[in-house]
Amino acid sequence: MNSINEKFSYLKTNRQKALITFITAGDPDAGTTVKAIKSMEKAGADIIEIGIPYSDPLADGPTIQASSTRALKMGIKIPDIMDIVKKARKISEVPLVFLVYYNSIFKYGIEKFLEESSKAGIDGIIIPDLPIEERAGISDLMSKKGIILIPLVAPTSRERIRAIVENADGFVYCVSVNGVTGTREKIGTDLKSYMNTIAQFTDVPRALGFGISSAAMIREVKDYCDGVIVGSAIINVMSQFEDKDEMLENLKKFVSELKDGLSEVKI
Amino acid sequence: MKGRFGKFGGQYVPETLMNALIELEDEFENAMKDEEFLKTYRYYLKEYSGRPTPLYYAENLTQTLGGAKIYLKREDLNHTGAHKINNVLGQILLAKRMGKKRVIAETGAGQHGVATATGAAKFGMECEIFMGEEDIRRQSLNVFKMKLLGAKVTPVKTGTQTLKDAVNEAIRNWVSNVDTTFYIMGSVVGPHPYPTMVRDFQRVIGDEARSQILEKEGRLPDYIVACVGGGSNSMGIFYPFIEDKDVQLIGVEAGGMGIESGKHAATFYGGSTGVLHGMMTYILQDEEGQILPVYSISAGLDYPGVGPEHAYLKESGRAKYVYATDKAALDAFMTLSKIEGIIPALESAHAVAHAMKLAPTLDKDKIIIVNLSGRGDKDVDIVSKFMGVKL
Repeated sequence: MNSINEKFSYLKTNRQKALITFITAGDPDAGTTVKAIKSMEKAGADIIEIGIPYSDPLADGPTIQASSTRALKMGIKIPDIMDIVKKARKISEVPLVFLVYYNSIFKYGIEKFLEESSKAGIDGIIIPDLPIEERAGISDLMSKKGIILIPLVAPTSRERIRAIVENADGFVYCVSVNGVTGTREKIGTDLKSYMNTIAQFTDVPRALGFGISSAAMIREVKDYCDGVIVGSAIINVMSQFEDKDEMLENLKKFVSELKDGLSEVKI
Repeated sequence: MKGRFGKFGGQYVPETLMNALIELEDEFENAMKDEEFLKTYRYYLKEYSGRPTPLYYAENLTQTLGGAKIYLKREDLNHTGAHKINNVLGQILLAKRMGKKRVIAETGAGQHGVATATGAAKFGMECEIFMGEEDIRRQSLNVFKMKLLGAKVTPVKTGTQTLKDAVNEAIRNWVSNVDTTFYIMGSVVGPHPYPTMVRDFQRVIGDEARSQILEKEGRLPDYIVACVGGGSNSMGIFYPFIEDKDVQLIGVEAGGMGIESGKHAATFYGGSTGVLHGMMTYILQDEEGQILPVYSISAGLDYPGVGPEHAYLKESGRAKYVYATDKAALDAFMTLSKIEGIIPALESAHAVAHAMKLAPTLDKDKIIIVNLSGRGDKDVDIVSKFMGVKL
């Protein structure tokens, strides 16, 4: 069983919901990324998304754009990122998911990318600019490698939801709002109706992401979903600190707070 | 396959946009079958933009070069000074038909931004234009024009602060406002249906040129030369000639400071297949797919990708793609100004530059049509700086 599914099944048995956290590979550097993965796991992250920095991240707001730019300036390359995953795998059990734009995979070579990801210990891949219409070239190759392609559903998906979640595995990434990634004060979408609609078509866990920036917000949305995804808010915390130890310390503190937001689950 | 030109094209966008693209495609297909819509579109092309534009025999240029006959398709004589308005009128009428009240657009040189702001003013729509900060510096006149027309101009400070980044930001804005906003894409780029839609709204250039040359010369031209950034003016003039295999189609990319300098925007020289702005096409990228910075003296050609249909025409061999350097384009800019009294846009000057190279190698009975996609008023500032003349 893929470790993402194992994780969700464990959480379900224990009446818990998943905290999925995001970090950009190589921001501020590769070594810190490995340590940050471990810190977040210790603080309660159930699944960790590793963002592969890209020059033109269409689905991302200013925070993750800036983070990607910093990582690219540091000269991070895909082989370095595979190395980060390998090192994290040695010290951590947490399921790891790549967040990667399609051109990075395409240009690197789809098979080569998947082969290396699988060997390094990646469990799933999220491709924010690959709708169902364009999946054909990659989804079969991924299942052969035992890597889950995490599908994305948006509030505008409506009648497309059925096709998107058909044969879904791992979890469904439910985009909370029309927009790009980034912290928000409030989620405008009618989450109850949106998340229920998705549940009509799949039993796969539904994780809500985009705009979720604090433990308080997690408390507001957690009843509608099986997990929450936090990205930009984490990057914002990390980017406040120059000193790496301080950065990791505060990261850990922040992720623990987020985890607290998820406790006291009503089922 | 739908939305594909061979392996190129497609829809590589966030899921949030997919239904909007599907609706757009349906609406576009219906509109193009709707006589009322087409009548209105043609009405504005004629009465508002001043079409048809002349196909002008550049006698002095022809005689100076001493070879093939050169005709200029005078898109510079359109309202707002470039071919961009053809597409904007089509898309804004479509936006109106869809009940949208707000339009957004990206712009490089500012020509598409000005055209969009013009259309928005005319049809009473809210308008926001995304423009790279570097381009805002280079094209301050157009920025002021857009503001006069009532548009909001939003500077884009990310990446190289040019056209590519303006497209990113416009797409991001569209994702956030997809229910209320219509994205008027300015070139034959982006996800399906944009490359097809923009081509169909620009093919009026080629349709007119075809009947005009038949009327003047009683035959089709031997060459059609047009500049290629994203490639809308070239696609517009090429398209109606694609089946005429004897007509050679030549796209001219921006060679910047020369290919070997690395400072250029010639996608077909050093580019490779990849995905940018929702389309699979030729792009300038590194070995890991990061988009490379591009350069051209002309802000409108300063783009690391190219329309997917051009990529297809290139691979199938139907069209040929060459480049002209900054220097060649500037020479052409000066020559056309001095001997024909026509100041071309720096973008269009790239096409003129190639025609100036090609014409002397051909017999006098050969015919070249150059698409003069825009006029050069917006560029006099840049050119004067290049010449060291203080205005």
